[in-house]
Amino acid sequence: MLQIETWKRVLIWGLVALGLLLALPNAFYSRVETYNDEVAAQAGDDTGVGGWPSFLPSGLVNLGLDLRGGAHLLAEVRVEEVYQTRMEGLWPEVRNLLRDHRDEVGTIRLQPSDDGTLVVRIGDPAGLDRAVELVRGLSQPVASLTGAGASDIVVSGAGDTITVQLSEAERLATDDRTVRQSLEIIRRRIDEVGTREPTIQRQGSDRILIQVPGIGSAAELKEIIGTTAQLTFQPVVSSTTNGDTRPSAGQEVLPSLDDDGLFYVLETASVVSGEELVDAQPSFDQNGRPAVSFRFNPSGARKFGDYTAENIGNPFAIVLDNEVISAPVIQAHIAGGSGIITGNFSVEESTQLAVLLRAGALPAGLDFLEERTIGPELGADSIQAGKIACIVAGVAVLVFMFASYGLFGLFANIALILNVGLIFGLLSMIGATLTLPGIAGIVLTIGMAVDANVLVFERIREELKTAKGPARAIELGYDRALSAIIDANITTFIVAVILFVLGSGPVRGFSVTLGIGILTSVFTAIYITRLIVVMWFERARPKTLEI
Amino acid sequence: MRLRLVPEETHIDFFKYRYLTFGISAVAMVASVILWLVVGLNFGIDFRGGTTLRTESTSSVDVGAYRDALDPLGLGDVVISEVFDPSFGEGKHVAMIRIQAQDEQEAVAAETVATVEAALQEVDPSIRFTSVESVGPKVSGELIQTAVLAVSAALAAILFYIWLRFEWQFSLGAVFALFHDVILTIGVFSLLQIRFDLATIAALLTIIGYSINDTVVIFDRLRENLRKFKQKPLIDVMNISVNETLSRTIMTSGTTLLALIALLVLGGDVIRSFVFAITWGVVIGTYSSVYVAKNVVLWLGVKRDWTKNSGGGAGTKFANIDA
Repeated sequence: MLQIETWKRVLIWGLVALGLLLALPNAFYSRVETYNDEVAAQAGDDTGVGGWPSFLPSGLVNLGLDLRGGAHLLAEVRVEEVYQTRMEGLWPEVRNLLRDHRDEVGTIRLQPSDDGTLVVRIGDPAGLDRAVELVRGLSQPVASLTGAGASDIVVSGAGDTITVQLSEAERLATDDRTVRQSLEIIRRRIDEVGTREPTIQRQGSDRILIQVPGIGSAAELKEIIGTTAQLTFQPVVSSTTNGDTRPSAGQEVLPSLDDDGLFYVLETASVVSGEELVDAQPSFDQNGRPAVSFRFNPSGARKFGDYTAENIGNPFAIVLDNEVISAPVIQAHIAGGSGIITGNFSVEESTQLAVLLRAGALPAGLDFLEERTIGPELGADSIQAGKIACIVAGVAVLVFMFASYGLFGLFANIALILNVGLIFGLLSMIGATLTLPGIAGIVLTIGMAVDANVLVFERIREELKTAKGPARAIELGYDRALSAIIDANITTFIVAVILFVLGSGPVRGFSVTLGIGILTSVFTAIYITRLIVVMWFERARPKTLEI
Repeated sequence: MRLRLVPEETHIDFFKYRYLTFGISAVAMVASVILWLVVGLNFGIDFRGGTTLRTESTSSVDVGAYRDALDPLGLGDVVISEVFDPSFGEGKHVAMIRIQAQDEQEAVAAETVATVEAALQEVDPSIRFTSVESVGPKVSGELIQTAVLAVSAALAAILFYIWLRFEWQFSLGAVFALFHDVILTIGVFSLLQIRFDLATIAALLTIIGYSINDTVVIFDRLRENLRKFKQKPLIDVMNISVNETLSRTIMTSGTTLLALIALLVLGGDVIRSFVFAITWGVVIGTYSSVYVAKNVVLWLGVKRDWTKNSGGGAGTKFANIDA
């Protein structure tokens, strides 16, 4: 007959209580938010933070960009750019190696190329095989799991030219590294600005999704990320006022940041790059003007030290974003790997530059494929409209259910209210993001959650016709409606899963609420309502059932 | 006194006019496809690339003046429309401006957005841009692919699940009904030229979810009744099943529609097309569960020699091998 073991009852009510407890912080959204911010500010230590009892859960449902306002960017990393940089970096090594074997290969000359290859022409075609063999000796094994055993460069020779390029395996490994590096750098830059809960995710092989709530516009966000903040230290060949100067192979012409009309001819291969920078701080030079001091890692420090020792009296350029920040003359051998960048900075600019340097340079440029800015007022309007719609929808459904099923309708209504509470509890627990379509998902769930109850109630009505007594009818009603409830909800759940896997942004937010809504509505219908019905039945012991 | 939308016992012959209803469905589907091909869908920027700006101003929207300001910029196809919503108070005037993707640009051009904003600010200094969204053509192409993939994957997964739990005839019937719902929704979107974007795809999948829910409930009853009434013709068993579940069908559709209509009226204009799609889908889905899915099953027929079977679905086949 109608019996539910005590431990099951305790478990069911326990789960409900837990769910509601998890949902509780959302009822005091701004208070808990302030509390969480303060706790985060104390590095997770909640002592002395008021406003919210620390023993209560403080997880909140995150509001999506469309509700809170903010900016969304989808960036594609130009991974190919790194190939070229790598080849440029290889040139000094190749040059030094072949120069040592000049008697075998003749003179060597770098040919211009820009497709990720290094093309070298040698003076003595007869020495080609020897030269290829020598350059091949520079190759190293690929450092990745899939590319194990392969070497990182492919060297080929034809006539009097040697072509060097990255191998396929190395390109894959490089791409992956580039994207991961970019992701990390973007994360650090956004964290420097200190906004709340940014989402920075890798998407596919070479894309990065960036969502920052509360920021004014996508343009502002792009400024923080800095499309191509590449820092390099390059040897200066000469300076000129003619911007149209044609550089020879392995050289480039870059403008000065401060002096309009001043250009520098630089060696393309850099001495040290920003990746080897470990620290940068705003500071002041000996004249008290704002400057930025920096420090290299050991390998960067060694390269920088060696270069300065060999080039005392020559200028070298500090290049940021293809502009020469300054081109000081090397006064002495700089050992230890630290230095200072001076220029016509304001204090603000030097601070900004230090942040940029510290966060590291992006290894490659970014293309923005998608940009969305949502104003906070629009989000607030949407929340307001969503709230009202939810309340009206909820009340309408409650009244409708009560009018149709009387007391049993009331039971279903209690379950429905608990259901919405549980949805919020689960959303807070997994830290899901609520979007505008997500609110629609909840409203839809309110409508559909009654389905399972309706199925059961209708079934009980039918079973009553064959008159086996109320207890038997209730039991049969639940048993026989179960297969329909399960099959119907599994198919809908499949749809929610597919939406989650293939969707993005708001659509994904919708799929999460839809999926959770299905889970909780099945749970409330087959456990909670049933338990309430059984508890009522035990007390009332009705002879007939009106449903 | 209980509210009863459906009398306690109904004996409606749902399949009396089955040729007519199925004919109407077929014609509606063909019309939808024709509309889709001839008129086309009003794709949002998610699928065609470009930029949309939502403007908000205290002074009323002068579409002509906006257009005059934007025309000299040579941006190609620019669509300006004023948005009305009962939730807007006095002195709140909203417009949507859509600009096509600019030629030969893989990425999004921030300069274009900046010039558009500046030009509009000259017309109306109080104008604010509450949302600006740009999608590059590269992504929009992929989004279409993903959308088509999502809908196909959902249909395939459901085909498989129903086949597993019921018979293949049920599975085909259910998926055909879903296909019917999707096509008709696309037809309505083409006819009314409602914006079709990523959210609409989510709505389509929700419709699939709702419609299959409805279909499965009736199938479940049919499966049960097929075992109960072994001698009755299939059409009669179907009628009994639909009649028995009618009350539930109306109740569930009723509550869902109540909730959706509240959202449609009060939920704001931002998600209106999304909610509209779902509302339409609930109506169509309820209809198709009875009139499309069942009709297909009726035509395909169901194996009735359940002599040795112990359960539904796959078990039947093994039982038949033994027999």
